[in-house]
Amino acid sequence: MQPRKGLWMFLPLLAFLGLAVLLASGLGRDTEELPTALAGKPLPEIQLPSLMRRGTEVSNELFIGHWTLLNVWATWCPTCYVEHPYLINLAEQGIRIVGLNYKDETDKAREYLASLGNPYIEVAIDESGSYGIDLGVYGAPETFVINPQGEVVLRYVGELNDRSWQQRFAPVWEKETQ
Amino acid sequence: MKRLLLLVLFCWPLASGAVEDIYQFDSAADEHRFRELLVQLRCPKCQNQAIADSDAPISQDMREQVASMIRDGRSNEQIVDYFVERYGDFVNYEPPLTPQTLILWLGPMLAMLGGALLVGLQMRRARRIARGEDVL
Repeated sequence: MQPRKGLWMFLPLLAFLGLAVLLASGLGRDTEELPTALAGKPLPEIQLPSLMRRGTEVSNELFIGHWTLLNVWATWCPTCYVEHPYLINLAEQGIRIVGLNYKDETDKAREYLASLGNPYIEVAIDESGSYGIDLGVYGAPETFVINPQGEVVLRYVGELNDRSWQQRFAPVWEKETQ
Repeated sequence: MKRLLLLVLFCWPLASGAVEDIYQFDSAADEHRFRELLVQLRCPKCQNQAIADSDAPISQDMREQVASMIRDGRSNEQIVDYFVERYGDFVNYEPPLTPQTLILWLGPMLAMLGGALLVGLQMRRARRIARGEDVL
Protein backbone atom coordinates (compact mmCIF):
# COMPACT_ATOMS: atom_id res chain seq x y z
CA MET A 1 0.00 0.00 0.00
CA GLN A 2 2.83 2.36 0.83
CA PRO A 3 4.10 3.22 -2.70
CA ARG A 4 0.58 3.72 -4.12
CA LYS A 5 -0.36 6.17 -1.44
CA GLY A 6 2.27 8.58 -2.72
CA LEU A 7 0.63 8.80 -6.13
CA TRP A 8 -2.90 8.97 -4.79
CA MET A 9 -1.89 11.92 -2.69
CA PHE A 10 -1.54 14.01 -5.86
CA LEU A 11 -4.88 13.05 -7.32
CA PRO A 12 -6.86 15.94 -5.78
CA LEU A 13 -4.16 18.37 -6.84
CA LEU A 14 -4.23 17.03 -10.40
CA ALA A 15 -8.02 17.18 -10.47
CA PHE A 16 -7.87 20.75 -9.21
CA LEU A 17 -5.29 21.77 -11.82
CA GLY A 18 -7.29 20.12 -14.60
CA LEU A 19 -10.43 21.95 -13.55
CA ALA A 20 -8.53 25.23 -13.15
CA VAL A 21 -7.17 25.01 -16.69
CA LEU A 22 -10.59 24.12 -18.08
CA LEU A 23 -12.31 27.01 -16.30
CA ALA A 24 -9.53 29.50 -17.06
CA SER A 25 -9.89 28.76 -20.76
CA GLY A 26 -13.55 29.76 -20.49
CA LEU A 27 -12.81 33.06 -18.74
CA GLY A 28 -13.13 36.10 -20.93
CA ARG A 29 -14.83 34.16 -23.67
CA ASP A 30 -17.84 36.04 -25.02
CA THR A 31 -20.75 33.71 -24.46
CA GLU A 32 -23.28 36.37 -25.47
CA GLU A 33 -22.50 35.94 -29.13
CA LEU A 34 -24.06 32.87 -30.65
CA PRO A 35 -22.98 31.44 -33.97
CA THR A 36 -25.67 31.93 -36.59
CA ALA A 37 -27.50 28.83 -37.73
CA LEU A 38 -27.74 30.45 -41.17
CA ALA A 39 -24.05 30.56 -42.08
CA GLY A 40 -23.62 29.38 -45.68
CA LYS A 41 -27.37 29.26 -46.22
CA PRO A 42 -29.45 31.56 -48.40
CA LEU A 43 -30.97 34.59 -46.74
CA PRO A 44 -34.56 33.68 -45.74
CA GLU A 45 -37.18 34.97 -48.12
CA ILE A 46 -37.90 38.66 -47.57
CA GLN A 47 -41.35 40.05 -48.20
CA LEU A 48 -41.36 43.33 -46.36
CA PRO A 49 -42.38 46.90 -47.13
CA SER A 50 -39.71 49.50 -47.82
CA LEU A 51 -39.25 52.31 -45.33
CA MET A 52 -38.21 55.01 -47.76
CA ARG A 53 -39.94 53.98 -50.99
CA ARG A 54 -43.50 53.83 -49.74
CA GLY A 55 -45.71 51.30 -51.42
CA THR A 56 -42.81 49.14 -52.64
CA GLU A 57 -41.51 45.88 -51.26
CA VAL A 58 -38.01 44.69 -50.48
CA SER A 59 -37.06 41.30 -51.92
CA ASN A 60 -34.03 39.00 -51.95
CA GLU A 61 -33.09 40.21 -55.43
CA LEU A 62 -31.63 43.29 -53.80
CA PHE A 63 -28.76 41.13 -52.54
CA ILE A 64 -27.95 39.27 -55.74
CA GLY A 65 -24.75 40.27 -57.49
CA HIS A 66 -23.23 42.42 -54.75
CA TRP A 67 -21.58 42.02 -51.38
CA THR A 68 -23.93 43.61 -48.90
CA LEU A 69 -24.25 44.25 -45.17
CA LEU A 70 -27.65 43.65 -43.62
CA ASN A 71 -27.92 45.77 -40.48
CA VAL A 72 -30.71 45.13 -37.96
CA TRP A 73 -31.59 48.35 -36.14
CA ALA A 74 -34.34 50.19 -34.28
CA THR A 75 -34.87 53.58 -32.69
CA TRP A 76 -35.36 51.91 -29.29
CA CYS A 77 -31.88 50.41 -29.47
CA PRO A 78 -29.25 52.58 -27.75
CA THR A 79 -26.27 50.86 -29.35
CA CYS A 80 -27.74 51.55 -32.79
CA TYR A 81 -27.27 55.29 -32.16
CA VAL A 82 -23.67 54.61 -31.17
CA GLU A 83 -22.83 52.64 -34.31
CA HIS A 84 -24.77 54.88 -36.67
CA PRO A 85 -21.89 57.28 -37.51
CA TYR A 86 -19.72 54.26 -38.28
CA LEU A 87 -22.33 52.91 -40.68
CA ILE A 88 -22.38 56.28 -42.44
CA ASN A 89 -18.61 56.12 -42.61
CA LEU A 90 -18.79 52.65 -44.23
CA ALA A 91 -21.44 53.79 -46.69
CA GLU A 92 -19.22 56.71 -47.71
CA GLN A 93 -16.51 54.17 -48.53
CA GLY A 94 -18.94 52.61 -50.99
CA ILE A 95 -20.08 49.65 -48.89
CA ARG A 96 -23.67 48.62 -49.59
CA ILE A 97 -25.73 48.50 -46.44
CA VAL A 98 -29.34 47.35 -46.31
CA GLY A 99 -31.23 48.08 -43.10
CA LEU A 100 -33.83 45.98 -41.35
CA ASN A 101 -35.92 48.22 -39.14
CA TYR A 102 -36.75 45.73 -36.42
CA LYS A 103 -39.91 45.97 -34.27
CA ASP A 104 -39.98 49.73 -34.48
CA GLU A 105 -42.42 52.53 -35.10
CA THR A 106 -42.19 53.46 -38.77
CA ASP A 107 -42.59 57.22 -38.22
CA LYS A 108 -39.86 57.30 -35.61
CA ALA A 109 -37.60 55.29 -37.91
CA ARG A 110 -38.06 57.80 -40.74
CA GLU A 111 -37.32 60.69 -38.37
CA TYR A 112 -34.20 58.89 -37.12
CA LEU A 113 -32.78 58.61 -40.63
CA ALA A 114 -33.80 62.14 -41.54
CA SER A 115 -32.02 63.66 -38.54
CA LEU A 116 -28.99 61.36 -38.19
CA GLY A 117 -28.31 60.65 -41.85
CA ASN A 118 -29.03 57.57 -43.93
CA PRO A 119 -26.31 55.00 -44.55
CA TYR A 120 -28.75 52.50 -46.11
CA ILE A 121 -29.43 51.90 -49.79
CA GLU A 122 -32.72 50.35 -48.71
CA VAL A 123 -34.53 49.67 -45.43
CA ALA A 124 -37.08 46.90 -44.95
CA ILE A 125 -39.72 47.28 -42.23
CA ASP A 126 -40.12 44.26 -39.95
CA GLU A 127 -42.72 45.64 -37.59
CA SER A 128 -43.80 42.33 -36.08
CA GLY A 129 -40.28 40.93 -35.76
CA SER A 130 -41.19 37.80 -37.71
CA TYR A 131 -38.40 38.27 -40.24
CA GLY A 132 -36.11 38.80 -37.27
CA ILE A 133 -37.04 35.33 -36.04
CA ASP A 134 -36.33 33.92 -39.52
CA LEU A 135 -32.88 35.47 -39.29
CA GLY A 136 -32.30 34.25 -35.73
CA VAL A 137 -32.08 37.83 -34.46
CA TYR A 138 -32.14 38.10 -30.66
CA GLY A 139 -31.24 41.72 -30.13
CA ALA A 140 -30.29 44.81 -32.06
CA PRO A 141 -27.92 45.79 -33.47
CA GLU A 142 -26.95 42.74 -35.48
CA THR A 143 -25.10 42.85 -38.77
CA PHE A 144 -24.99 40.13 -41.42
CA VAL A 145 -22.62 39.85 -44.36
CA ILE A 146 -24.45 38.64 -47.47
CA ASN A 147 -22.53 37.41 -50.52
CA PRO A 148 -23.51 38.07 -54.17
CA GLN A 149 -25.32 34.70 -54.27
CA GLY A 150 -27.58 35.99 -51.52
CA GLU A 151 -26.14 33.69 -48.84
CA VAL A 152 -25.33 34.55 -45.24
CA VAL A 153 -21.57 34.56 -44.68
CA LEU A 154 -21.29 36.08 -41.22
CA ARG A 155 -23.39 37.41 -38.40
CA TYR A 156 -22.12 39.86 -35.83
CA VAL A 157 -24.06 40.79 -32.69
CA GLY A 158 -23.26 44.14 -31.13
CA GLU A 159 -21.80 47.48 -32.04
CA LEU A 160 -20.17 47.81 -35.44
CA ASN A 161 -17.09 49.96 -35.00
CA ASP A 162 -13.54 50.11 -36.23
CA ARG A 163 -12.44 47.34 -33.89
CA SER A 164 -15.20 44.88 -34.72
CA TRP A 165 -14.83 45.72 -38.41
CA GLN A 166 -11.12 44.96 -38.38
CA GLN A 167 -11.51 41.81 -36.30
CA ARG A 168 -14.60 40.22 -37.76
CA PHE A 169 -15.65 41.78 -41.02
CA ALA A 170 -12.44 42.83 -42.76
CA PRO A 171 -11.06 39.26 -43.10
CA VAL A 172 -14.18 38.16 -45.03
CA TRP A 173 -15.02 41.43 -46.75
CA GLU A 174 -11.63 42.43 -48.05
CA LYS A 175 -10.69 38.96 -49.23
CA GLU A 176 -13.89 38.40 -51.14
CA THR A 177 -14.67 41.79 -52.58
CA GLN A 178 -11.35 42.35 -54.25
CA MET B 1 -52.96 16.32 5.47
CA LYS B 2 -53.20 19.95 6.49
CA ARG B 3 -49.50 20.33 5.95
CA LEU B 4 -49.73 18.75 2.50
CA LEU B 5 -52.54 21.09 1.55
CA LEU B 6 -50.46 24.04 2.70
CA LEU B 7 -47.55 22.86 0.59
CA VAL B 8 -49.74 22.53 -2.48
CA LEU B 9 -51.10 26.03 -1.93
CA PHE B 10 -47.61 27.44 -1.63
CA CYS B 11 -46.57 25.81 -4.88
CA TRP B 12 -49.64 26.98 -6.75
CA PRO B 13 -48.42 30.48 -7.68
CA LEU B 14 -45.10 29.06 -8.91
CA ALA B 15 -46.81 26.89 -11.48
CA SER B 16 -49.37 29.37 -12.74
CA GLY B 17 -47.35 32.57 -12.52
CA ALA B 18 -44.57 31.44 -14.83
CA VAL B 19 -46.16 32.83 -17.97
CA GLU B 20 -48.01 36.10 -17.67
CA ASP B 21 -49.42 36.36 -21.13
CA ILE B 22 -52.70 34.61 -21.70
CA TYR B 23 -52.88 32.16 -24.57
CA GLN B 24 -56.03 30.37 -25.61
CA PHE B 25 -55.96 26.86 -27.02
CA ASP B 26 -58.61 24.53 -28.38
CA SER B 27 -57.79 21.70 -26.02
CA ALA B 28 -56.11 21.02 -22.70
CA ALA B 29 -53.64 18.81 -24.55
CA ASP B 30 -52.51 21.75 -26.67
CA GLU B 31 -52.17 23.91 -23.60
CA HIS B 32 -50.04 21.19 -22.02
CA ARG B 33 -47.82 21.01 -25.14
CA PHE B 34 -47.44 24.78 -25.02
CA ARG B 35 -46.17 24.62 -21.42
CA GLU B 36 -43.80 21.79 -22.31
CA LEU B 37 -42.33 23.63 -25.28
CA LEU B 38 -41.91 26.81 -23.28
CA VAL B 39 -39.55 25.12 -20.84
CA GLN B 40 -37.74 23.23 -23.58
CA LEU B 41 -36.88 26.33 -25.60
CA ARG B 42 -34.12 28.54 -24.33
CA CYS B 43 -34.10 32.31 -24.56
CA PRO B 44 -31.25 33.28 -26.94
CA LYS B 45 -30.88 36.70 -25.32
CA CYS B 46 -30.88 35.87 -21.62
CA GLN B 47 -29.07 32.57 -22.12
CA ASN B 48 -29.81 30.83 -18.83
CA GLN B 49 -33.56 31.01 -18.94
CA ALA B 50 -36.23 29.11 -20.76
CA ILE B 51 -38.60 31.29 -22.76
CA ALA B 52 -41.29 30.33 -20.23
CA ASP B 53 -40.03 32.68 -17.53
CA SER B 54 -38.05 35.23 -19.51
CA ASP B 55 -39.25 38.80 -19.95
CA ALA B 56 -36.98 39.51 -22.92
CA PRO B 57 -38.92 40.79 -25.95
CA ILE B 58 -37.50 37.97 -28.05
CA SER B 59 -38.95 35.41 -25.61
CA GLN B 60 -42.37 37.05 -25.90
CA ASP B 61 -42.14 36.80 -29.69
CA MET B 62 -41.04 33.18 -29.46
CA ARG B 63 -43.94 32.33 -27.13
CA GLU B 64 -46.30 33.99 -29.58
CA GLN B 65 -44.79 31.95 -32.41
CA VAL B 66 -45.04 28.68 -30.45
CA ALA B 67 -48.70 29.40 -29.66
CA SER B 68 -49.58 30.16 -33.25
CA MET B 69 -47.76 27.08 -34.51
CA ILE B 70 -49.64 24.88 -32.03
CA ARG B 71 -52.92 26.40 -33.24
CA ASP B 72 -51.81 25.58 -36.79
CA GLY B 73 -51.56 21.94 -35.74
CA ARG B 74 -47.79 21.59 -35.92
CA SER B 75 -46.09 18.86 -33.88
CA ASN B 76 -43.68 19.56 -31.02
CA GLU B 77 -40.85 18.29 -33.16
CA GLN B 78 -41.71 20.65 -36.01
CA ILE B 79 -41.84 23.59 -33.63
CA VAL B 80 -38.48 22.81 -32.01
CA ASP B 81 -36.93 22.23 -35.45
CA TYR B 82 -38.30 25.59 -36.60
CA PHE B 83 -36.38 27.40 -33.87
CA VAL B 84 -33.24 25.25 -34.13
CA GLU B 85 -33.12 26.04 -37.86
CA ARG B 86 -33.05 29.74 -37.00
CA TYR B 87 -31.19 29.93 -33.71
CA GLY B 88 -29.14 26.73 -33.71
CA ASP B 89 -29.03 23.94 -31.13
CA PHE B 90 -28.47 26.61 -28.51
CA VAL B 91 -32.22 27.23 -28.14
CA ASN B 92 -32.97 23.58 -27.46
CA TYR B 93 -32.67 22.61 -23.81
CA GLU B 94 -32.67 19.00 -24.97
CA PRO B 95 -29.83 19.16 -27.46
CA PRO B 96 -29.14 16.16 -29.74
CA LEU B 97 -26.23 13.86 -28.94
CA THR B 98 -23.31 15.11 -31.06
CA PRO B 99 -19.54 15.10 -30.44
CA GLN B 100 -19.89 18.69 -29.23
CA THR B 101 -22.61 17.90 -26.72
CA LEU B 102 -21.15 14.58 -25.58
CA ILE B 103 -19.83 16.09 -22.36
CA LEU B 104 -23.27 17.49 -21.54
CA TRP B 105 -24.79 14.04 -21.73
CA LEU B 106 -21.98 11.95 -20.25
CA GLY B 107 -20.41 14.48 -17.85
CA PRO B 108 -22.92 14.04 -15.00
CA MET B 109 -22.75 10.24 -15.31
CA LEU B 110 -18.95 10.27 -15.22
CA ALA B 111 -18.99 12.53 -12.18
CA MET B 112 -21.43 10.19 -10.44
CA LEU B 113 -19.33 7.13 -11.26
CA GLY B 114 -16.20 8.90 -10.05
CA GLY B 115 -17.93 9.86 -6.83
CA ALA B 116 -19.24 6.33 -6.29
CA LEU B 117 -15.74 4.96 -6.88
CA LEU B 118 -14.27 7.31 -4.29
CA VAL B 119 -16.94 6.46 -1.73
CA GLY B 120 -16.44 2.75 -2.43
CA LEU B 121 -12.69 2.94 -1.92
CA GLN B 122 -13.14 4.94 1.23
CA MET B 123 -15.60 2.42 2.63
CA ARG B 124 -13.27 -0.46 1.86
CA ARG B 125 -10.51 1.33 3.67
CA ALA B 126 -12.77 2.07 6.67
CA ARG B 127 -13.73 -1.60 6.88
CA ARG B 128 -10.09 -2.62 6.86
CA ILE B 129 -9.34 -0.20 9.66
CA ALA B 130 -12.27 -1.57 11.62
CA ARG B 131 -10.87 -5.09 11.17
CA GLY B 132 -7.62 -3.82 12.54
CA GLU B 133 -5.68 -4.30 9.32
CA ASP B 134 -2.74 -2.11 8.61
CA VAL B 135 -3.88 0.18 5.83
CA LEU B 136 -1.03 2.63 5.71
